[in-house]
Amino acid sequence: MAYTKRFDGRAIDETRPMVAKVGVVPRADGSAMLKIGGTTAIVAVYGPREMHPKFMQNPRGGVLRCHYNMMPFSGHGERVRPGQNRRAKEISRVIENALRPVVDLSAFPNAVVDVFIELSETDAGTRCAGVTAAAMALADAGIDMKDLVAAVAVGFVDDRVVADLTYNEEHYNDYSDIEDKDRPVADIPIAMLPTTGEIVLLQMDGKVKREHLKAALELGQKVCRDINEVQRRALKEKYQE
Amino acid sequence: MTDTLLVKDKDVVVPGETLAQGMSFVPSTGMYRDGENIIAAKIGLVSVEGKVIKIVPLADPYVPKVGDIVIGEVNDVLFSGWRVGLKGPYSAVLGVKDATSDFIGRGVDLTQYFALGEYVLCKIINVTSQKLIDITLRGQGLRKLNGGRLLAVNPAKVPRIIGREGTMTKMIQDATKTEIVVGQNGVVWLNGDPHNEVIATAAIRMVEQNAHKSGLTQTMKTWLDEQVKGGR
Repeated sequence: MAYTKRFDGRAIDETRPMVAKVGVVPRADGSAMLKIGGTTAIVAVYGPREMHPKFMQNPRGGVLRCHYNMMPFSGHGERVRPGQNRRAKEISRVIENALRPVVDLSAFPNAVVDVFIELSETDAGTRCAGVTAAAMALADAGIDMKDLVAAVAVGFVDDRVVADLTYNEEHYNDYSDIEDKDRPVADIPIAMLPTTGEIVLLQMDGKVKREHLKAALELGQKVCRDINEVQRRALKEKYQE
Repeated sequence: MTDTLLVKDKDVVVPGETLAQGMSFVPSTGMYRDGENIIAAKIGLVSVEGKVIKIVPLADPYVPKVGDIVIGEVNDVLFSGWRVGLKGPYSAVLGVKDATSDFIGRGVDLTQYFALGEYVLCKIINVTSQKLIDITLRGQGLRKLNGGRLLAVNPAKVPRIIGREGTMTKMIQDATKTEIVVGQNGVVWLNGDPHNEVIATAAIRMVEQNAHKSGLTQTMKTWLDEQVKGGR
């Protein structure tokens, strides 16, 4: 049985329905929300503000610091234990690396911009939703940015290249009644700068063939451009009436 | 290639949006040139003046500049001066010489002049590349702020709250009979009777929220007339 029709009836290159909003956290300097299907990321940006602890200050320019957090009852499985864990630390780090090429904090030596990414509801693709919403929140905070960053997960489910995987698709092998449990499933989160097409985040989980990876990257770039349109519209909507 | 402008005056632009193509257009702050293209680096309203494209930011963190009049809080007492927090990442030093013309002898307790937690209206006289800041209280109207209440606003909206040559602040001030001081760092100080302070606060919040719209002076005038009449 091949994966011909997706579990939720989407086309293979279609994302889940997106809702984006800017300015959702009134007390933050900048904030944004992105809901993509069953995944919701809420991002609050604070700063530039004084960097603590002081030994982390950088006299050559401001520091960008991201905090990724999945809320306790946000996921499919068991309650997520609150607080930091190894996974959250890694994701915070890769999100930081994805955003650093676009933000310019050279005017703020020794200062920090804190980005808090909270996932209130998760159904795969959280780091991508986090990056996408964080880029909007930073723009909302008025930070100088060379571009926005848009992200999406592309992947393979039973030899089909698909965009924006859900939790069920990532666990295709556990769910389908196929005999051959070795059908490849791969999950590849991509973050990209929409104007230049530069890739700032690329990770992979699973197995994939070389030619399939190429096809997946092309699909990812196309979808990121669509997501960028959603970002731009959300930012402009805040100031329209 | 022909040079084309891709945006109109008063358009809202976001980072990464191409504003114009061609070398005849001149970029200013809040944007950068990438080959032939001029690309926005900030969220803001476009204003085109001939071949020069400008962005009036809709959100902007405060960057201290020499000559800015700001409101700060006395955070600490130093050997011969005070450390004053300016809301945002940097704090300034107010030296004894710049603070008062009184003679202050050696070993005198400096908190009798400015105690911790007090607010001052001051002017920035020096900023280094690492954002070490010196401020002064020597200048017209610069002083310690007693009483009243403080309001934090978005520093990008300060020019609109002040208005052209101070007209907006003056209008709110006259209508509510409240003394208003706006610091460039986004701190506003209000002093009047409590009822009027509330109206003035609401007025400033309204200006802040609608700063990107045109005809704001007229809207505010009508609103203030209603409030002041209705409140009495």
